[in-house]
Amino acid sequence: MGVWQIAVVIILLLLIIKPLGSYIYHVFSNQPNKTDKIFAPIEKVIYAICGMKKRAPMTWKKYAVSLLLTNIIFVAVGYMILRIQQILPLNPNGISGMNPTLSFNTIISFMTNTNLQHYSGETGLSYFSQMAVIMMMMFTSAATGLAAAIAFIRGVTSKGKTIGNFFEDFVKGHTRLLMPMSVILTIILVGLKVPQTLEPSIKVTTLEGAKQVIAIGPVAALEAIKHLGTNGGGFFGANSAHPFENPSPLTNVIEILAMWSIPASLTYTYGRFAKRQKQGWVIFGAMGILFAAFLALIFISESHGNPALTAMGLNHSQGSMEGKEERFGIAQSALFSTVTTAATTGSVDNMHDTLTPLGEITPLSLMMLNTVFGGDGVGLINMLMYAIIAVFICGLMVGRTPEFLGRKIEPKEMKLITVALLVHPLIILAPTAVSFLTELGKGAISNPGFHGITQVLYEFTSSAANNGSGFEGLGDNTAFWNISTGLVMLFGRYISIIALLAAAGSLARKQPVPETIGTFRTDNLLFTGILTGIVLIVGALTFFPVIALGPIAEYLSIR
Amino acid sequence: MNQSKHKMNAGLVKQAIAESFIKLNPLAMMKNPVMFVVEAGTILVLLMLMMPDAFHAQGRFGYNLAVFLILFFTILFANFAEALAEGRGKAQADSLKKTKKETTANKIAKNGTITTVSSDKLRKGDIVLVEAGDLIPGDGEIVEGLASIDESAITGESAPVIKEAGGDFSSVTGGTKVVSDTIKVRITADPGESFLDKMISLVEGAKRQKTPNEIALNILLVTLTIIFLLVVVTLIPMANDVGVHLQLSTLIALLVCLIPTTIGALLSAIGVAGMDRVTRFNVLAMSGKAVEAAGDINTIILDKTGTITFGNRLAAEFIPVGGADKKELTDTAVVTSLFDDTPEGRSVLELAQSRGFTWDMSAYETAEIIPFTAEERMSGLIKDGSHYRKGAVDSIKQFVRQMGGAIPEDLEAKSHEIASKGGTPLAVSYNDRILGLIYLKDTVKPGMRERFDELRKMGIKTIMCTGDNPLTAATIAKEAGVDEFIAEAKPEDKIQAIRKEQEKGHLVAMTGDGTNDAPALAQADVGLAMNSGTIAAKEAANMVDLDSDPTKIIEVVAIGKQLLMTRGALTTFSIANDIAKYFAIIPAMFTVAIPGMQVLNIMGLHSPASAILSALIFNAVIIPLLIPLAMKGVKYVPMSASRLLSRNILIYGFGGIVAPFIGIKLIDMLVSAFM
Repeated sequence: MGVWQIAVVIILLLLIIKPLGSYIYHVFSNQPNKTDKIFAPIEKVIYAICGMKKRAPMTWKKYAVSLLLTNIIFVAVGYMILRIQQILPLNPNGISGMNPTLSFNTIISFMTNTNLQHYSGETGLSYFSQMAVIMMMMFTSAATGLAAAIAFIRGVTSKGKTIGNFFEDFVKGHTRLLMPMSVILTIILVGLKVPQTLEPSIKVTTLEGAKQVIAIGPVAALEAIKHLGTNGGGFFGANSAHPFENPSPLTNVIEILAMWSIPASLTYTYGRFAKRQKQGWVIFGAMGILFAAFLALIFISESHGNPALTAMGLNHSQGSMEGKEERFGIAQSALFSTVTTAATTGSVDNMHDTLTPLGEITPLSLMMLNTVFGGDGVGLINMLMYAIIAVFICGLMVGRTPEFLGRKIEPKEMKLITVALLVHPLIILAPTAVSFLTELGKGAISNPGFHGITQVLYEFTSSAANNGSGFEGLGDNTAFWNISTGLVMLFGRYISIIALLAAAGSLARKQPVPETIGTFRTDNLLFTGILTGIVLIVGALTFFPVIALGPIAEYLSIR
Repeated sequence: MNQSKHKMNAGLVKQAIAESFIKLNPLAMMKNPVMFVVEAGTILVLLMLMMPDAFHAQGRFGYNLAVFLILFFTILFANFAEALAEGRGKAQADSLKKTKKETTANKIAKNGTITTVSSDKLRKGDIVLVEAGDLIPGDGEIVEGLASIDESAITGESAPVIKEAGGDFSSVTGGTKVVSDTIKVRITADPGESFLDKMISLVEGAKRQKTPNEIALNILLVTLTIIFLLVVVTLIPMANDVGVHLQLSTLIALLVCLIPTTIGALLSAIGVAGMDRVTRFNVLAMSGKAVEAAGDINTIILDKTGTITFGNRLAAEFIPVGGADKKELTDTAVVTSLFDDTPEGRSVLELAQSRGFTWDMSAYETAEIIPFTAEERMSGLIKDGSHYRKGAVDSIKQFVRQMGGAIPEDLEAKSHEIASKGGTPLAVSYNDRILGLIYLKDTVKPGMRERFDELRKMGIKTIMCTGDNPLTAATIAKEAGVDEFIAEAKPEDKIQAIRKEQEKGHLVAMTGDGTNDAPALAQADVGLAMNSGTIAAKEAANMVDLDSDPTKIIEVVAIGKQLLMTRGALTTFSIANDIAKYFAIIPAMFTVAIPGMQVLNIMGLHSPASAILSALIFNAVIIPLLIPLAMKGVKYVPMSASRLLSRNILIYGFGGIVAPFIGIKLIDMLVSAFM
């Protein structure tokens, strides 16, 4: 039964990829198409207001600077709003301003598409902040990631000095993709009983006479972009486990597909840009293989339940239901956890802290790899980065200087790519190690021992991968955690984007070498295998020791 | 001969061993960051041995000593690989240096007076007189005279070559010897910049610069090293937290096992050995970059004459005319060629022999021989009053008419047919009868077709360049199996062809020798000049073939590919090895504190200490085991990239995963016997 639920969702995804991938291609290919009729007039107004009637093509440098500056402005404005939300409108519950380090963490968290939440939405944010900061950034950060991906794709598939115009990509990402999809999804969710209101929290008196406050708000709209934009920050602290955010198995499936569809479809978009659909399917294939392997691990591990409870003679036929919602069960929880960490969304419909030890490996590893579908845009870029590394290592074995899509990979690209490759383990392992050297870090651990290692590791991995799901169980709203994870999110997002945009800019300038029988092919099964292998080997070599010390040691100690 | 070769190898090895120790100098080691990290680790372990108290390493002397020794040998092996590769070049350079003895030169001043000066005083533009028996004092061009020159010092070829003023064979190389005659040479290189100097520094590897691909690979290796350094260092506080206290020497062992030492140790040896393979092939590459570029070539432009065909026209068929018998024609053709020493004449005899004809030479010893002259344009002999002739169709026609004979009606048509196919007809006559024609054909060298097929399998297109008319060109192109041809080509057409290919993104290789070829050689991505060619051509090219064999470009391509493949194969192997090493070391590190970790010990290694030492020993000995592969290069069989990749992934990828599991297990069985 569980397997069938999973199979149906995967089949639905496969049906979405081609139409959505083609649509995204048309959005960004800048060729005239039918949808212009609907969207062009709206965009014209936006361009006119911004004084961008002429949208000149940009070099990678200009593109990257535009991207950064736009993001910086959002950060500055957002930070101010959070700090003074108590005096701003739409605050029916009278929530006070956020403290500096938490504001810093929160704003970076949303701008970087991470949505690590060291606050609880129902008590920490006014409706205005939820809408003007959180929801707005959910759009802009996703559009930023998409723009970066499209620019990178242009770099590796076209020739010239330009990789597009950032502002145009950014606007189109909103008007033609995220906004329309969010509106549709919000309406569907409202239909499925997700609240959407500006009324204050409901105060009720229970049958026992106790006073209870039930938090509500503009949940459906946030829920839509939270998943479409691979953001993951919940309206409520309990995130998608909360019955108002995710009331039924049906909404659960919709949310899974919402966060999965854009990252998965981008592989198809890439194939369209590369003018060879197989190139896209190879990338999708490698992602798919890794996804399936990790999904199997968590599903089997959770289904088998907790060995410690089994040893106590408890009936465990249901699997390990600790921290899971009855309405979702093992299959939908396992799938949700896998998708949310693969696509680095970070919303959760079950408690990752109470996953079985081997089950924990799945979300942790997917965030460590950070390439299996990945967040909107950035996941594809990361996988293409690995593809370039795979071509570089194995491509030599055909006796030619390695080429990716006909472009030679030379020292300059290698430098930029290795920066991106290096930064991810650096910002996971270094702060994790530092946390264990100080009481500020260690003090937050709720379960010392192997599980404690996983808790800290998870927090930084989630930040570095811009995932944002919490392992929870970590007392993380302190200056130490707010600042350290804030910096990790910042580096995790922008260093790799900039380095890879630079690599794309450099590749775009090269004269492509035409394909011959002597060319290393990147559009066949063999390369799918190589790519999968390289991602796994590089990832495993980097993170195997810590995984051994965390989840594996924990598993071995309760076995 | 074999004995001396063996002795030389032993000498090389001895020298390389000495070099391995000299190269331990950390300043020299910095150039190879991966091995530098190993050296830093080795020094740390050495300090632990000397001051155990400072490192809390008391009571683990034996283990630490073992770690130290293995690490030390790892570095030595790496140094040895590099030294051995460099040593070969040095041996060659030494023999060249002997050639570069200081000589005296007879400098001719402007007013004609001759003064004797030392060769290192000569400057560009000086004119010197070189007589038979003299060494040519410097690179230059013959401005007057003709001489046969022994170039064996450079090419190894003992037969002297003829060089003369003017034309494409006027360049001479310093250090070669004039065997006969006297020439005047204008010096074209200042001391220290001569061909010989360049050659010495090239084979010595003194000026060896890392190629872009090598640099890019190095960047990746350094990144992996940093990542693993990070992995190992950050493990310490985390492990401490759960009560696992890791030994420093064990951590260093883990680090050294993980960083790509195998490829790090062999990378520079692969590059040096690749260059050396080219040099031993008697091709001088101006840079490693040129050799690697050869591996990337998409298109090769070859001259027809001398490269694809022999250049001289050889007999291919006997065609009787006027009702003559083919046997009679062949017999007569043989008689006319008995004393004909031209290649055409010899080819007639060869063709007849291959058709089963025999003859008795002694019967014609008394005959009057008529040699070929430019005026008569025919040759043959007169025996007992019978005239045997072969020659240009017109000349023979005229001769037969003079003898009173008639011209067969089909002669014109048949000779025209030969010409239209690109061949040359030679008429054969006996007294007043024209018996038939010899079809002389520009013959494609044997094996060319197979080579072009190989190139096609590598994805390389061949273009033939010829001055012939399109019809002749098409015939030869079809016969040789080239992909395209350019007929009636002028030197500028070659450049055009190169540019056209380059615009499509192709990398182009070409060979050439004349001054005319220089611009095209410079334009091509890989230009192979013939040593017999002009200085201009040699300077424009990035490779010079000392044997002046233009077909060698094909082998150079294969060597370039082999070089890149070797580098890729060993990189893949090195990284794939890490998986097994993890399964040896991780359980070994954690088992003491976390007994459950024993399940990860899938190889069933004897004890934590033996597991770590075995992984480390494997890591060290794999380097010398792979030195032969690094030096010889991986086997290269031309085939499509996809097949090549599947094959190499299987050998070096999967092999790289499996081999250490077996190797470490075997070493562990040995090591545990001693523990």
